[in-house]
Amino acid sequence: MTGHPAARPIPTDLERLAGLAIVPRRYYGRWVAAAIILLLFAWVVKAFAEGQIAWKVVGQFLTAPAILNGLVNTVIMTACAMTLGIVLGVLFAIMYMSPNPVLRGSALFYIWFFRGTPLLLQLLLWFNLALVFPRIGIPGLIEFRTIDLITPFVATLLGLGMNQGAYTAEVVRSGILSVDLGQSEAAKSIGMTRLTTLRRIILPQAMRVIIPPVGNEFISMVKLTSIASVIQYSEILRNAQTIYYANARVIELLIVAAIWYLAVVTLLQIGQFFLERYFSRGRGERRSRQKANRGIAAGGPP
Amino acid sequence: MNAQPAPIVVAHQVSKRFGPLLALNGVSLSIAPGTVQCIIGPSGSGKSTFLRCLNQIEKIDAGAILIDGELIGYRRVGDTLRELSDAEIARQRLATGMVFQRFNLFHHMTALENIIEGPVTVLRRSRREAVDEAMALLARVGLTDKRDAYPIEMSGGQQQRVAIARALAMRPRIMLFDEPTSALDPELVGEVLAVMRDLARSGMTMIVVTHELGFAREVAHDVVFMDRGEIIEQGPPAQVLLSPQQARTREFISAVLT
Ligand SMILES: Nc1ncnc2c1ncn2[C@@H]1O[C@H](COP(=O)(O)OP(=O)(O)O)[C@@H](O)[C@H]1O
Ligand SMILES: [Mg+2]
Repeated sequence: MTGHPAARPIPTDLERLAGLAIVPRRYYGRWVAAAIILLLFAWVVKAFAEGQIAWKVVGQFLTAPAILNGLVNTVIMTACAMTLGIVLGVLFAIMYMSPNPVLRGSALFYIWFFRGTPLLLQLLLWFNLALVFPRIGIPGLIEFRTIDLITPFVATLLGLGMNQGAYTAEVVRSGILSVDLGQSEAAKSIGMTRLTTLRRIILPQAMRVIIPPVGNEFISMVKLTSIASVIQYSEILRNAQTIYYANARVIELLIVAAIWYLAVVTLLQIGQFFLERYFSRGRGERRSRQKANRGIAAGGPP
Repeated sequence: MNAQPAPIVVAHQVSKRFGPLLALNGVSLSIAPGTVQCIIGPSGSGKSTFLRCLNQIEKIDAGAILIDGELIGYRRVGDTLRELSDAEIARQRLATGMVFQRFNLFHHMTALENIIEGPVTVLRRSRREAVDEAMALLARVGLTDKRDAYPIEMSGGQQQRVAIARALAMRPRIMLFDEPTSALDPELVGEVLAVMRDLARSGMTMIVVTHELGFAREVAHDVVFMDRGEIIEQGPPAQVLLSPQQARTREFISAVLT
């Protein structure tokens, strides 16, 4: 009458049912996909093995002085440009969020200009700065000829760092915005000044949001340094090119450069993993607790 | 015989606007040292705003607030009032400790780190001394075993007790509580009220915004009822809570009790 369909009968051997062995589900799709990918991979490996690649040459040039020298320059430039970028990013993010209209306006201008023009153009501008400012310094006190000051290293550093700063400013700003307003009210209530609140309470929590995109940009930066070869900064790709112009081993030297880029990026990714873990302290607990619960649901200890 | 002690908090004709909304409309209130002042009133009546003005999270638009005889937010120079700097306001805030409805513990710090943060970073006490004192405070709120727990690993009641310990670690003259039990599951309210009762007994000056009328009845020396940014009624708890004179107070109290 009530419209409930008749209930199915309950098996009589419930006791036995609960004790039966479990056969895991089979994932046939995964096997097919794996087979296709392995085939493709084998084909690429075969092409490289049979192609005109002298692997001995790759091994030989992997540790050649010019390559290692380029590697060091790439790493130094990445570190310096990222440091400058992060310092400027934090600075301009704070200026952007300041109640002072002059500070906010200049931050807005900075982000607008450096995000709005191509990086290559900015590099060339810095490199040719002497055309606009022949001399730099405080007149009568210390002065330099711009040509002497703006070496390829300095021009690259300014170009990459200032450009990076404009992007990092937006990342830092979104990180700061992600921190609950109650945190800074609590900080004020124990007598912290604005700057202390930022340093001790807001930024450490914003880091959780800031690190993944900055890690991403760090990795981009490693590869972006290669653009500096246009203004004669001798990073690894430029040095590899110089060598293959002489010996015509193009693919071999490109592979050498690729191996080193991958090595540096791998190290950075490992570093990012540990940084992320550090700055998510006090946040990750809920997830691990869920995992523990799932373990219990799935059978728990025998 | 004994002269009345000078009030430790004086609010005189305090007004605060949010755009067109008058959140506080000429609020005047004096609080004697060592007493517990409860503030009750419907949601949106300006209770939180009043506490936030006392510790200068909000700036007042008119009137004056004195804490321990000191004008808050301004320095008097001749016939003018000069706004204080960020650092001077931070120093004035040390007189008041604040406990928030949503606890607002620092998420990236353990219970112990939350408590020693102010003493070490702001008061520049030695870490050893700050830790010793923090452990004593944790014992006082009954959470010695939670010293290394992050906020997310604690219940609401435990977080609020740590928040009280964090405020006390700054040795404030006055403690401000903004609905400290409103975000708690009912079975956790008691443990927080117990800590507050204990604190009141120790002679701390407390201003407590609360809907716990039983607590107000038992602990408060004085109760005010606020509505629409104004103080409607003020008096000893027995009078305001049991035989209120104003219709709006009666309405509110019967609404809370049912
Ligand atoms: N930052 C703010 N901006 C705008 N309006 C606010 C702000 N803070 C509080 N108000 C308003 O002021 C009034 C009083 O709020 P509040 O003091 O929080 O009330 P209560 O704590 O008594 O519930 C409310 O109408 C509220 O919406
Ligand atoms: Mg409120």
